[in-house]
Amino acid sequence: MNKKTGVYICSGCEIGKCIDIDALANIAKNEYNTECCINHSFLCNDEGIGIIKKDIAEKKLDAVVIAACSSRVNTSEFSFENNVIIERVNLREQVVWCHPPNDEDTQMLAEDTLRMGIAKTMSILNPEPFIGENLSSDILVIGGGITGITSAIEAAKAGYKIYLVEKSDKLGGWANNLYKQLPQKYPYQQLENPIISDKISEIEKFNNIDIFTSSEIKEISGQPGMFEILISQNGKDKNFRAGSIVMATGWKPYDATKLTEFGYGRFKNIITNVEMEHLAKENNIIKPSDGKPVNSVLFIQCAGSRDNKHLPYCSNFCCGTSLKQAKYIRDFNAESSVFIIYKDIRTPGHYENFYKEIQNDEQIFLTKGDVVDISEENEELIVTVDNTLFDEQIQIKVDLIVLATGMTPANSEELNLNYRLGKGLPLLKYNFPDSHFICFPYETRRTGIYAAGALREPMDITSSIEDAAGATLKAIQCIEATKRGESVHPRSGDKSYPDLYLERCTDCKRCTEECPFGAYDETEKGTPLPNPNRCRRCGICLGACPERIINFSDFSINSISSMIKAVNIPDEFEEKPRVLVFVCENDAYPAFDMAGFKRLQYSAYVRIIPVRCIGSVNNVWISDALSQGFDGILQIGCKPGENYQCHFINGSELTEKRGENISETLEKMMLEPERIKTEFLEINEYHRIPEIINDYIEIIEDIGPNPFKEI
Amino acid sequence: MPKKKILVVGGGISGITTAIEVAEVGYEVVLIEKLPYLGGRVVKMNQYFPKLCPPYCGLEINFRRIKQNPGITIFTSTIIENISGSKGNFTVTLKTKPAFVKNNCTVCGECEKVCPVERTNEFNYEMNKTKAIYLPHEMAFPWKYTIDENVCLKNNCKKCVEVCKYNAIDLEATSKQLQLNVSSIVFATGWYPYDATKLDNMNFGVFPNVITNVMMERLSAPNGPTLGKILRPSDNKEPKTIAFVQCAGSRDENHLPYCSGVCCTASLKHALYIREQLPEAKVKIFYIDLRVYGRNEDFLNKVESDKNIELIKGKVGLIDENPDTKGLIIKAEDTMTGIRKKEEVDMVVLATGIVPNKIDIEKINYDNNGFIIPGLLEDGIFAASCTKRPLDVSASLKDATGMALKAIQETK
Repeated sequence: MNKKTGVYICSGCEIGKCIDIDALANIAKNEYNTECCINHSFLCNDEGIGIIKKDIAEKKLDAVVIAACSSRVNTSEFSFENNVIIERVNLREQVVWCHPPNDEDTQMLAEDTLRMGIAKTMSILNPEPFIGENLSSDILVIGGGITGITSAIEAAKAGYKIYLVEKSDKLGGWANNLYKQLPQKYPYQQLENPIISDKISEIEKFNNIDIFTSSEIKEISGQPGMFEILISQNGKDKNFRAGSIVMATGWKPYDATKLTEFGYGRFKNIITNVEMEHLAKENNIIKPSDGKPVNSVLFIQCAGSRDNKHLPYCSNFCCGTSLKQAKYIRDFNAESSVFIIYKDIRTPGHYENFYKEIQNDEQIFLTKGDVVDISEENEELIVTVDNTLFDEQIQIKVDLIVLATGMTPANSEELNLNYRLGKGLPLLKYNFPDSHFICFPYETRRTGIYAAGALREPMDITSSIEDAAGATLKAIQCIEATKRGESVHPRSGDKSYPDLYLERCTDCKRCTEECPFGAYDETEKGTPLPNPNRCRRCGICLGACPERIINFSDFSINSISSMIKAVNIPDEFEEKPRVLVFVCENDAYPAFDMAGFKRLQYSAYVRIIPVRCIGSVNNVWISDALSQGFDGILQIGCKPGENYQCHFINGSELTEKRGENISETLEKMMLEPERIKTEFLEINEYHRIPEIINDYIEIIEDIGPNPFKEI
Repeated sequence: MPKKKILVVGGGISGITTAIEVAEVGYEVVLIEKLPYLGGRVVKMNQYFPKLCPPYCGLEINFRRIKQNPGITIFTSTIIENISGSKGNFTVTLKTKPAFVKNNCTVCGECEKVCPVERTNEFNYEMNKTKAIYLPHEMAFPWKYTIDENVCLKNNCKKCVEVCKYNAIDLEATSKQLQLNVSSIVFATGWYPYDATKLDNMNFGVFPNVITNVMMERLSAPNGPTLGKILRPSDNKEPKTIAFVQCAGSRDENHLPYCSGVCCTASLKHALYIREQLPEAKVKIFYIDLRVYGRNEDFLNKVESDKNIELIKGKVGLIDENPDTKGLIIKAEDTMTGIRKKEEVDMVVLATGIVPNKIDIEKINYDNNGFIIPGLLEDGIFAASCTKRPLDVSASLKDATGMALKAIQETK
């Protein structure tokens, strides 16, 4: 269908002064036969917007092309009724602000940019959302510890039905074992009774929470809104449907039997912090060896933590826990003395007040130090500590040693996902689930499944309670977005989804393997089975598919190809090379806008196409560009690697990997490998843009024009 | 019945997060910010620890989420003056400063060129100046100029009005009051750095080469006063030796009794900025305890393995100046050896802590340190992130997301 398209060119903000607007208008009219083409000196003011609105209504336009400023600005001004396609052609930030005015090359760039915009408009459709059948608004919470209980209560308060599945025969998890907890109330100096029993009584009051204790997840299949859950309760199967999942399976203490250097297992009177809590809860702090009372206790902090042989990380809670235990040991037995040997005492925020309180007790003795030896003599443990604050080695004799051991995350494979990419959540370092842990902490790579509590990172009860609320909000949000047929973060609100022309699929499995979010399952043969509600709309599958059968209605093989083909390529004798630049629209595109704002100048030989993720670039666009006569292709994505910045996790890495295949293709075409280059750019590195572009143009000029130009 | 709205007070990363998360569930939300732009403290940061990535990256995604979501209404330069009513049915009074620059500003920059008045730039912690009409920073959202009404000559000048081709400046604009009916309110009013001039022995504000950690962040930022070059203020030369004083005013009964939880890792990050930019420079970090939490431990390992960075467990007692070199003489005790040190460095960075912003509203109770006491909040009013206790960005976002849930519960 040929769309009725209106083109609106703004001459404000220096645009009209720097380029020939009439020439642009002629392109719209003559080359694309658009319904109308209007020039306006101030398109974003009421008058300009009014003209567009009137045309949409009267001329019944299907699409408007606004050739003015970047799509990143004036977004609300240039938004019209839903069914009109809106395409923004960036003449301001990426043409006139960064190239010389009234220059032939600037003009050619402006004209091609407009051509690309119109061509794209002609080749896309407004997305119709995928809305599945029998969508569930219920939430599955896995794990009945403090995090899971909080999640269930908070979701229930928001009006949702919850299925809470707990492995053991009662709720409460680790928190059940607590004797006391750290102060949560101002002035944060007194130990408090554990909150868990109140929480357990609270949860029982809700009739929209179904609790399954002694239950395990046997299988989870499906997708957000349509998760099919199979559980086994005391050996009996039960199944239900849920819309989203909060995974709160918690933590395990680090295995103290591995801590032979601290004598665990060798001496009976060496216990862990977890065991200490048990003794206190039983009101029975005694020496395990002979049941006699304990008059002196020594805590070894970071026992197996901050230690590359054991847990390389800090578990956050152990310092506070030891201070708490020191306090109640002193409360139990006023004659007792306590020693705490630490690397650093870590008591963030208000916990510092409690630490101060402890320091006021002269019978609690704290020093930085390294425990170098533990021996036993006359039923006493002798601890040798080096590198202390006294600048000498000291020996301390005590009845009991407590090892402050850290947390390890539960195994997320308990989810038992029936997914092509595995049963659990993909892991980041130290077996915690992967997430954008600074900016978007809840974004696990399995859509609709949100990790919370100590499973996600080491945390104490207060943090777990906070974390549960956050993860629950995300679970609710996913349910609501799925009902609207919209994507969740980071392309929140996107209604497009991948449409596969499976008749032409060769079962190569690239889409199913490369999707960072595990959106695809697979038939036995290897044919992809898409799950649109798991999809985050990054387009990496589109980029992966060698048969080019994966498309979104507003982002497709055809839409980008038609942009590439819309560019006028001068012949080689004009000595005007053309470089196609694919930019990640999240980071590189704004950086190009900023370069424009800063009036940084770079070669006007580039033609920029933003893509959802650099990983969504399909090789066919590269061969299209080369056969079209582009001399070089630059792909600019986000930083890959351990500290990746790609919002779709591994788009940039996939680009690098695919680059190797492209080099082979180039070789076969007898083209130089330099004709394709990948760069990584952070959003605030706009100052690097002139260098990146101009250096590459230089390389291209050195190797000469693309020989396919003349064909 | 019209849909109930949720009000979020504070447009820093926490408030932005609460507002977006609420709106993406499908609720209407009003987000107010006292400054003319969103982003609060994080927008002034060069990089986040431990990834060393720019905050703009996540903010850009958040701003896009805001732009495309009609459920979010933003009022910048706006404060909350009064709350009446009760949960599910609050009436709030908002006050917006005069919008001298209208929304049709195209950021062409002509006004700035002709403006004759300068002001100190709070965005760069007073390390440089802007004109009275200025763009708060290059990626400011909303992206438009603003006028500092305290210094603008208004009708005695009008040069900006004359030069603006887009009729975007209205010096006659007045402040506006607005009343809204909302079902719940989330305070995400954030924090400010502790005032280092209160630290007598540290001589901040007396000796120019004593700076604070937030200033270091601006000195390292490509859009900062030195365009990202780490230079010492007295002579704009590259420092060869830099000392960090941890817990500057923190864990100290006379100043902030609590630990802010972020300053240790922030200083480690600054040490890495310095090492990256000035490979010969030597860094000394004086600390009480190195509090680098959770998975950030490997960030500490990275710093510890750098031979140019020295970590000294010790308390700095006094900072003096060598009048000839403008270098700083640090007197400190090494806690491990008991040896008293006295040495000269080119620059000192004070790792100051987080102080919660207070809002002058009757309904809110604060503890002695200025933190909101959540248990004493009226039903339907919530406090997010650093208003309750000092938190880093990641933990703030967790809590801000959780408060979004609390807020929507009240609309039921």
